[in-house]
Amino acid sequence: MNNFLQFFSQGENIAFAVFAVCIISGAIFMINFTKVVHMVLSLAFTFISLAGLYILLQAEFVAFVQVLIYAGAISILMIFGIMMTKHQTEEEQPKRPMHSLFLLIGVIGLLGILFYAIQNAPFPAPGNFQPGESNTQAIGELIFNQYVIPFELISVLLTVAFIGAIILAKREDE
Amino acid sequence: MNIISSYLILGAILFCIGLYGALSKKNAVIVLLSIELMLNAVNLNLVAFAKLGLHPSLTGQIFSLFNITVAAAEAAVGIAILIALYRNKGTSDVIDMDSMKR
Repeated sequence: MNNFLQFFSQGENIAFAVFAVCIISGAIFMINFTKVVHMVLSLAFTFISLAGLYILLQAEFVAFVQVLIYAGAISILMIFGIMMTKHQTEEEQPKRPMHSLFLLIGVIGLLGILFYAIQNAPFPAPGNFQPGESNTQAIGELIFNQYVIPFELISVLLTVAFIGAIILAKREDE
Repeated sequence: MNIISSYLILGAILFCIGLYGALSKKNAVIVLLSIELMLNAVNLNLVAFAKLGLHPSLTGQIFSLFNITVAAAEAAVGIAILIALYRNKGTSDVIDMDSMKR
């Protein structure tokens, strides 16, 4: 109890708790909703809360990229995907009781193992984090000096993937 | 308790929810979204280690940016495959996508 009060005596920890509740509830609602569009909207809520957590971790640029790419682009893309395929308004679950039972046991077992490992790992006190004058400028300098080859490779990968996606989804009627 | 283990446990919970969704849902779009959720859990761990790890630096944030890029490419290709498959078979149900089993 004392430990609990001490944890919530800092504003940063309160913000972490609020964002964590938002993230987990968005993900759980995604699992439990029956309409597909509601699932996508609750997952967009999770993505936006994750951006808040990134701002808490002093990663402002990653937070804005998260809002732009995930909450903007990927959610809209998924809604397009839903609208272009046939979606039953109600998603009934497949009738495989043994499958879902074993799946639930496996997932909870994995969570238990991860929890045990994280609790038992020694984490030494963190060093001093220097985000630089401006986070965006520091990231840009690092990308275009030290990580320029991975950056170019990523841009080639993105171009190839989008051209491939357009060719795949093109209607072929001749 | 160190604050970084809270971030790691949050990432583990998010990863497990994404795994459950990816293996249990019927609609292929929701399966793709669950995979995005798992990638987001990894991103959270990377950014948390970038600030609270033993040697804090911006490298974790740069890795998470690369990860977001690859996830966007994956989502685009996945939706394209889904639409092509829907045009050919008329379903978006992962149970019916079993042409390689026969």
